[in-house]
Amino acid sequence: MSTTVLNPQVPAHQAQRHSAPAHAVAHAHEHEHHDTGGNTLFGFWLYLMTDCLLFASAFATYAVLFMNTAGGPSGQDIFELDYVLVETFALLFSSITYGFAMLAAQRQNRSATLTWLAVTFALGAVFIGMEVNEFHHLIVEGFGPQRSAFLTAFFSLVGMHGLHVTAGLIWMLVLMLEVSKRGLGNKTRIRLNCLSLFWHFLDIVWICVFTVVYLMGTV
Amino acid sequence: MFGKLTLDAIPYHEPIIVGTLAVVGLVGLLLAVALTKYNKWGYLWREWITSVDHKRLGVMYIILALVMLLRGFADAIMMRTQLALATNGAEGYLPPEHYDQIFTAHGVIMIIFMAMPFMIGLMNIVVPMQIGARDVAFPFLNNLSFWLAVSGALLVNISLGVGEFAKTGWVAYPPLSGINYSPGVGMDYYIWALQISGIGTTLTGVNFLVTVLKMRAPGMKLMQMPIFTWTCTWANILIVASFPILTGALAMLTLDRYLDFHFFTNDLGGNPMMYINLFWAWGHPEVYILVLPAFGIFSEVISTFTGKRLFGYKSMVLASGAISILGFIVWLHHFFTMGSSANVNAFFGVTTMIIAVPTGVKLFNWLFTMYRGRLRFTTPVLWTLGFMVTFTIGGMTGVLLSIPGADYVLHNSLFLIAHFHNTIIGGAVFGYLAGFAYWFPKAMGYTLDEKWGKRAFWCWQIGFYCAFLPLYVLGFLGMTRRLNHSDNPDWNIWLYIACVGAFIIALGIACQLIQLVVSYRKREENRDLSGDPWNGHTLEWASASPPQFYNFAIDPRVEDIDAFTDMKEKGHAYQRPETYAPIHMPKNTGVGFVMGMLLTVAGFGAVWHIWWLVIAALAGTLVAFLVRCYDNDVDYYVQPDEIERIEDAHRTNVQLANAMKA
Repeated sequence: MSTTVLNPQVPAHQAQRHSAPAHAVAHAHEHEHHDTGGNTLFGFWLYLMTDCLLFASAFATYAVLFMNTAGGPSGQDIFELDYVLVETFALLFSSITYGFAMLAAQRQNRSATLTWLAVTFALGAVFIGMEVNEFHHLIVEGFGPQRSAFLTAFFSLVGMHGLHVTAGLIWMLVLMLEVSKRGLGNKTRIRLNCLSLFWHFLDIVWICVFTVVYLMGTV
Repeated sequence: MFGKLTLDAIPYHEPIIVGTLAVVGLVGLLLAVALTKYNKWGYLWREWITSVDHKRLGVMYIILALVMLLRGFADAIMMRTQLALATNGAEGYLPPEHYDQIFTAHGVIMIIFMAMPFMIGLMNIVVPMQIGARDVAFPFLNNLSFWLAVSGALLVNISLGVGEFAKTGWVAYPPLSGINYSPGVGMDYYIWALQISGIGTTLTGVNFLVTVLKMRAPGMKLMQMPIFTWTCTWANILIVASFPILTGALAMLTLDRYLDFHFFTNDLGGNPMMYINLFWAWGHPEVYILVLPAFGIFSEVISTFTGKRLFGYKSMVLASGAISILGFIVWLHHFFTMGSSANVNAFFGVTTMIIAVPTGVKLFNWLFTMYRGRLRFTTPVLWTLGFMVTFTIGGMTGVLLSIPGADYVLHNSLFLIAHFHNTIIGGAVFGYLAGFAYWFPKAMGYTLDEKWGKRAFWCWQIGFYCAFLPLYVLGFLGMTRRLNHSDNPDWNIWLYIACVGAFIIALGIACQLIQLVVSYRKREENRDLSGDPWNGHTLEWASASPPQFYNFAIDPRVEDIDAFTDMKEKGHAYQRPETYAPIHMPKNTGVGFVMGMLLTVAGFGAVWHIWWLVIAALAGTLVAFLVRCYDNDVDYYVQPDEIERIEDAHRTNVQLANAMKA
């Protein structure tokens, strides 16, 4: 997200032209006026709400189109609940492991943070891998998104969530690199926090996808 | 290699387009020569293009808006002359495929690339200052948002010379906008231009919400924010709540066009009405995004120039909130003719009518603010008074259209065109022009020439009525929108009058351009030394004109809605503090510009199916962003001695200004 995070610790050794006491004043002042860590998190949360509305549009469209199977398969014909349940648990557990990574980050434990991030990444990758496999399977059978409005809406809603998770995975890789190179400074922890919000948010969206698309589509 | 792009994409056989391109090229060349001659390229890059200063970004947004106003207005005057010439079965001078692009471009440009940048520009200049903040919450993001808006505008203008623009009308309803009926690249230009600039707008909304919620000056409660800041805040809430819907709808249309999906197609279960619902679930809040800040400007102008506190501040804030919420439950009135049940149409008709109530509250508040005030008839006040009359007419025709039965008769007729121009020009545009005159001295350091400002107002005002009242009549006479030519003698006279009206508005725009030149030449005698040329009420007037780059040397302490008036009355204004603390500031960065331009390239590649270019440009965008993320050299401190020098100079100027007044 935004990179305007101004780390109060950074300028002290950044050869700015100011004396030590002046910096102390600036430091105090900055907390009063430039509380950027809190601002970043709040801003990112607001961005997530806009993302939530993007998903809401996709859900609404799915609700309008899911009965328009145009002679093709319906949800009952193609959904395999057992398979999706495994996928779901991979994602749900990745939220827990991300939580452990955050706890480790709070303790300034770099290796534990990296380990938990790696576990989270692996679970996320399992989720994406399974989803790609499901999509591939459907397309091979001739049930691609071009087949009917229902399949269009299905692929788009689930695929949009999948793209978000993929973006989250790439972001996670970048942050793992950052943690291993730079440690767990203020700026890095704020970024980990943002990704945390993002990751849990995607989890909640997935619960809605699982319920609305898969559960309600098969019963 | 180049996808669908071939040399045939350049419309060199169309004299009008070639002529336009020649003029644009000439102006660009002259600008480049001037910049080189005066050695200003470095200045332009360091001080403007890379600037993260909200005031500079605001000025650039308004420059973008004015340039696009000229482009959009050129489209308008071409349409009016075509319709005045193509009567009695004549063909006129614009063939249908060109005419269709013109009315689409006119709508897109005026809403997305003129009104939005104008509103966001004024908000950028004013809102952080009104709440006593040093900048917005995320200055780099603010710069990026601006370049995303420019990116979208560039794509629309590139379409003029390379390929074509959409021929669907600015709403781009499927299935017409689908690949079967619009196989050309025009729709794709539309999609990517709106998508890129829309994402920039969403980021602006997030940025300014964090700014007003987290960065107000000490003591300023929410219900003490100046009214313009409040109306912008409501607009930002609407932005973050509605622009994602546009993003979603455009993405679905993209999938339909590029990958043969079936969201909105006629066959295989697609549902075109879903697009129309999604489009207006964004589109209706969008018109309140445009007009609410304008309402805020009128409130500031009326209260400043009557020298009174705004009447009914609380009701003004709440009425804006009510309009914002109601604005989300009226979208269906754009297509009553979809044929929902009578009950559904009645619901949306009634909610639409209810919006007139909070709007009426506002109008009465402005009237009561003026009551027993001493109104100074400056240019911003003229715009405000013109608005109050014009917008009231537009509002009443809106209530008329909100009756589903009446709407069935008037749907897509020129009556509708007259109605929404009546509200958007009479409401939003008059507001921005009032705000332009009102805050110009704050942004640029000198006041605008009043004589030319008033001439511009009268031309706009008379021209508006002359151009748009005939359209109400034409609507009743049965003329529908987007006609290329007509063959009905009853319509002719009204079409001629409307054409004359458009030329009177052109005179108004000319007056404004002259006003800028005249004011610039007289800038020394009209310099605003005090920083407070109108005896203003709010904190932006507490700074110099143009403001110190850090806005406020010391955080202002706010104890009243009219914070600056309160300070002046208590004698706290312009006080010299004993010491200054260093000020933490963000450094300028070129990353926003680079990302914006790369996304323009990506959009262009996507339009022409040049996929390697899209991938390369997107990868470049990501790399630029990561470079920015891992750049630690992003801020610096302004030292007390420098602040002291700047502040002392400002105080001397204020004393000088007071002496000159006395």
